Amino acid sequence: MEKIIAGVTVDVNAEGYLTQISQWNENIASAIAVEEEVGPLGPKHWEVLKYLRDQQSRGTALSIRGIGKSGVVDIKTFYELFPNGPLKKASKIAGIPKPASCI
Amino acid sequence: MKRIVILGAGSGGTMLARHLFKKLPHDLYKITLVDPEARHYYQPGFLFLPFGQIEPEACYRPKTDFIPKGIQLKTDRALIIKPDIQQITLENGQHMHYDVLVVATGTHIAPEETPGMLGEGWRKDVFDFYSFEGAMALREKLAHWQGGRLVVHITETPIKCPVAPLEFAFLADAYFDEKGLRDKVQITYVTPLSGAFTKPRAAAKLGHLLEEKQIDIVTDFAIQEVDNAGKRIVSYDGIEVPYDLLVTVPTNLGDPVVANSGLGDDFGFLPVDKKSLQHRQYPNIFSLGDATNVPTSKAGSVAHFQSELLAANITRYLMGLPVRQDFDGHANCFIETGYGKALLIDFNYETEPVEGTFPIPGIGPMQLLTETRMNHLGKQAFHWIYFHMLLEGRSIPFVSPQMKVSGKKLNQITR
Ligand SMILES: Cc1cc2nc3c(=O)[nH]c(=O)nc-3n(C[C@H](O)[C@H](O)[C@H](O)COP(=O)(O)OP(=O)(O)OC[C@H]3O[C@@H](n4cnc5c(N)ncnc54)[C@H](O)[C@@H]3O)c2cc1C
Repeated sequence: MEKIIAGVTVDVNAEGYLTQISQWNENIASAIAVEEEVGPLGPKHWEVLKYLRDQQSRGTALSIRGIGKSGVVDIKTFYELFPNGPLKKASKIAGIPKPASCI
Repeated sequence: MKRIVILGAGSGGTMLARHLFKKLPHDLYKITLVDPEARHYYQPGFLFLPFGQIEPEACYRPKTDFIPKGIQLKTDRALIIKPDIQQITLENGQHMHYDVLVVATGTHIAPEETPGMLGEGWRKDVFDFYSFEGAMALREKLAHWQGGRLVVHITETPIKCPVAPLEFAFLADAYFDEKGLRDKVQITYVTPLSGAFTKPRAAAKLGHLLEEKQIDIVTDFAIQEVDNAGKRIVSYDGIEVPYDLLVTVPTNLGDPVVANSGLGDDFGFLPVDKKSLQHRQYPNIFSLGDATNVPTSKAGSVAHFQSELLAANITRYLMGLPVRQDFDGHANCFIETGYGKALLIDFNYETEPVEGTFPIPGIGPMQLLTETRMNHLGKQAFHWIYFHMLLEGRSIPFVSPQMKVSGKKLNQITR
């Protein structure tokens, strides 16, 4: 389905995740962040979002454990930056697919 | 002579070795299993040990019982895999060459990954039941425990047998009821997931069962530490759950041999193609069972289905034929719900667990996603089937490696 975010029409799935990674931009990220009650994005947020997009483009499966080990952010801070389900929220804001739910 | 080396002689490694032994000419191929542990544990028994519903001696047999003469068993631990020179290094310092390598090293609990878990309360009021020692220690504890707050907890996912902690909560409910202690025991189920299970229809059903049995559930709980002195677990976002008795499933990690060889994912599991079980970069490396990163349950039933298909694929590889994309993620798990009943789920990569009949479509005798006595008898029979059929590389009648869609109510909404 289509949705207008930050004045741009983008493709999203039923849960609001962007389906085309290339349609993402920083304004869209900021708009989703407000919608998700993460609030204004600071430098640390951007650093994490960039890391997530990099990993995604390399085809690496994302996990909270992996992010904690990445050196970009520790898990405690990750929770502070993106409260209530940080990986799900950060992925949505980063414009990448929802992390595959574990089995 | 070509050499096939299988690391790990647990469920998956043993079954695969026997399938290969049947398929390959013995004068051309030598099969070697490597495993440091002398006992073959029946891990599903660990669920019943704490409640005194199985005897410890019934939970293991010597590994040699299941390995026919002609398959070599090396009692040693693999430390490093060097894929470029097709060699592994063992703990005793020896090197072994392989033509085909299979990683079947399973997964183990790593309580040291969570701050405080191995603190002063470990095996006093903090227990696991995913190891034989843990289940035995908990058995002692439960025999004398007089009640309080029981917290059943999953540290992080994925874990092997993802339904086992739920089953533990259900069995605890019945166990304390039968002891006349249920009104003194408050049971809370704490999970990092957003519901009782990963797949929606089963999660709804199981969530409903928790409610029926008056077991509280705390979801989306990502543990930061076990506070031994304060007797509570604390999450990264500051939620606290107090306990008198904590039964946790610690982080499950792959064996260090995978990570130390630079081949692991974040949890030390080996990434392989989810349908062929072949390594993408090194086509002579394969994996099955809990050691892989494929997105299905880590369960004995999965290792069983995979072993048959993987034996065929390895044979094809050795003959220079392309491998097949045959494995569909098929998993089949009994879920004990207490009072002599159980539920059964059957699913794969594409199809989530739904209601229906199993294994014979339309007949059963087992019912999917529904609590019945017959399902419980099925789970009990699994003990015998495991030791006498599966480990010998035999199939269960009517149960195929690929999931059957017939007999399943795929479109009906359940609660
Ligand atoms: C409490 C509990 C209940 C369960 N209930 C069920 C159930 O009801 N149904 C079901 O289907 N499954 C169940 N399971 C899961 C099932 O036991 C496992 O999924 C299954 O045993 C996986 O087989 P595997 O061969 O991958 O690993 P394992 O059987 O664990 O074998 C791995 C082997 O590798 C060896 N090894 C490890 N590292 C090395 C190394 N470096 N070098 C050499 N050898 C090594 C180990 O010693 C071990 O023998 C349960 C598990 C638990 C813990």
